[in-house]
Amino acid sequence: MEKSLNNRAWLMVMPVFVLVLFSALLPMMTVVNYSVQDSMGQNNFFWNGDAWFRDLLNPATEIGARFQNALFKNLSFSLVALLIEVPLGIAIALCLPRSGWAVGPLLVVIALPMLIPWNVVGTIWQIFSRADIGLFGAALTGLGIPYNATQGAVSAWCTIVVIDVWHWTPLVILLTYAGLRAIPDAFYQAARIDAASRWATFVNIELPKLQKVLVIVVLLRFMQTFMIYTEPFVVTGGGPGSATTFLSIDLVKIALGQVDLGSAAAMSLVYNLITLTLCWIFFTIMMQLDRRRYA
Amino acid sequence: MSADALPRAGLAVVRGRSRLFAARRASSFLPRLGLAVYLLALMLPIYWLVSMSLRSNEDIMSTLALWPHHPSLEKYVFILNDPTWVHAFLVSLTYVAINTVISVTAALPAAYAFNRYHFIGDKYLFFWLLSNLMAPAAVYAMPFFNLYYAIGLFDTVWAVALAHCLFNVPVAVWILEGFVAGVPREIDEMAAIDGYSFPRFFVRIFLPLIANGVGVTAFFCFMFSWVEQLLATTLTATDALPFAAVMTRSYSVAGMDWSLLAAAGVLTMIPGAVVIWFVRNHIAKGFALGRV
Repeated sequence: MEKSLNNRAWLMVMPVFVLVLFSALLPMMTVVNYSVQDSMGQNNFFWNGDAWFRDLLNPATEIGARFQNALFKNLSFSLVALLIEVPLGIAIALCLPRSGWAVGPLLVVIALPMLIPWNVVGTIWQIFSRADIGLFGAALTGLGIPYNATQGAVSAWCTIVVIDVWHWTPLVILLTYAGLRAIPDAFYQAARIDAASRWATFVNIELPKLQKVLVIVVLLRFMQTFMIYTEPFVVTGGGPGSATTFLSIDLVKIALGQVDLGSAAAMSLVYNLITLTLCWIFFTIMMQLDRRRYA
Repeated sequence: MSADALPRAGLAVVRGRSRLFAARRASSFLPRLGLAVYLLALMLPIYWLVSMSLRSNEDIMSTLALWPHHPSLEKYVFILNDPTWVHAFLVSLTYVAINTVISVTAALPAAYAFNRYHFIGDKYLFFWLLSNLMAPAAVYAMPFFNLYYAIGLFDTVWAVALAHCLFNVPVAVWILEGFVAGVPREIDEMAAIDGYSFPRFFVRIFLPLIANGVGVTAFFCFMFSWVEQLLATTLTATDALPFAAVMTRSYSVAGMDWSLLAAAGVLTMIPGAVVIWFVRNHIAKGFALGRV
């Protein structure tokens, strides 16, 4: 059905607009302000033009190389995390019973990891992944896999992925499960009459019906993995070396560690621009799907 | 014969059903196994946390124990009797509650507007709202500090509640929009014909229809606000110190008090678990109702 044009709808959107603008615009302006100035300390700022940006986007400079490195790490991390979490989440959602007494308790248990504050998640895994006193580390070492979350670069990176999968697959499960439950029973009955196999039912009924929810899931998870901060900060501290120094970790290191506000601000603007572009692509796909539904 | 024909027919249906269930039970073995393995992997780290909270620090740091050999509730007793911890816990609950109420209330009319009307800049506004979800909190921490200090809200629960609106309001609008879409437009029109004014229609008729959505949205707002702590710790100093900030403090006192930290961690899971218990049926009933 066509939506009607009504500009008074702005009145209904106004509270949201003001609330978010208040929290988004002023901090953003501060960041923009820093990104074009240099400081000699004592709050003396002077105009620096686009110098920070030129440095940042040139891989030959130190900061440019660092940025490129961290960006690559972020993208590969997001990709790997999504490739594991989304199929796993869908699979588990399909395994859940459609009704019955067990649904409630199961959902509560599955949601538990998401309800733990992020620094506690880090704390758990800090101990849990240690080879001497943690079960995860000890089990891997017992299997003969060389594993050390704080010393080995590969181990550290994989640990962060495992933590993210543990922490956020529940979100995929909850949303997918809710999406699955919204499919009317008539579709399943039709499939049963056609003697469709489980796989055929999944591909032809469930997957198309889940499209919209899956776009939301992928978008949400992409944004969250792309700005990952707390887990690597607590568990590996960005190390060893720069193995788990993701963009946001690098950003805080530059801004607060080196008090290099100009570089950090330029970096966060470029960082935001990248996420904005990627999300615009997702968003356009989402809108296209919507339009096709109404057409 | 005709007297018991009906019951017999009924019996046949029941038998047919039970055969169907038997077939389904056989084919549901693999899914159950998969689910069990996943749940085990999911629960192990949480079990480890609980186990750690019951053991002493020396014990945690010296041996790999699969279960606590000398369990003690000492750390829990300590936390529950320490005014700093209790106060921090209440502070966290307060700002999370304020934030959830603000986010859901503001998002309700907006979600309705986005779903029902076209207006100038609607798509851009929606995208801009979503784009705030990916603002890295690390970047905003410093400017937020300046902002809330300037307007005199620093170190109050309101500062944290308002700051969390940055990502919770867009999430709320997004989720609610899906639920609004599930309510047929004919209902709006019928209410208008029946002489309902818009506010009265919205509260009396529309809200009950999307009660599931409100429940689910409230849960997500609660969750995202409860687990966020970078902003929460940046915007507070002493009066409104959140639970997470008190936890980071126990890092420095005589090395790491792992046991205390674990006990506090276990306690932080409880409010969320309670909230999701209340909305479990809403979540199960389906997200974005008819339009997935």
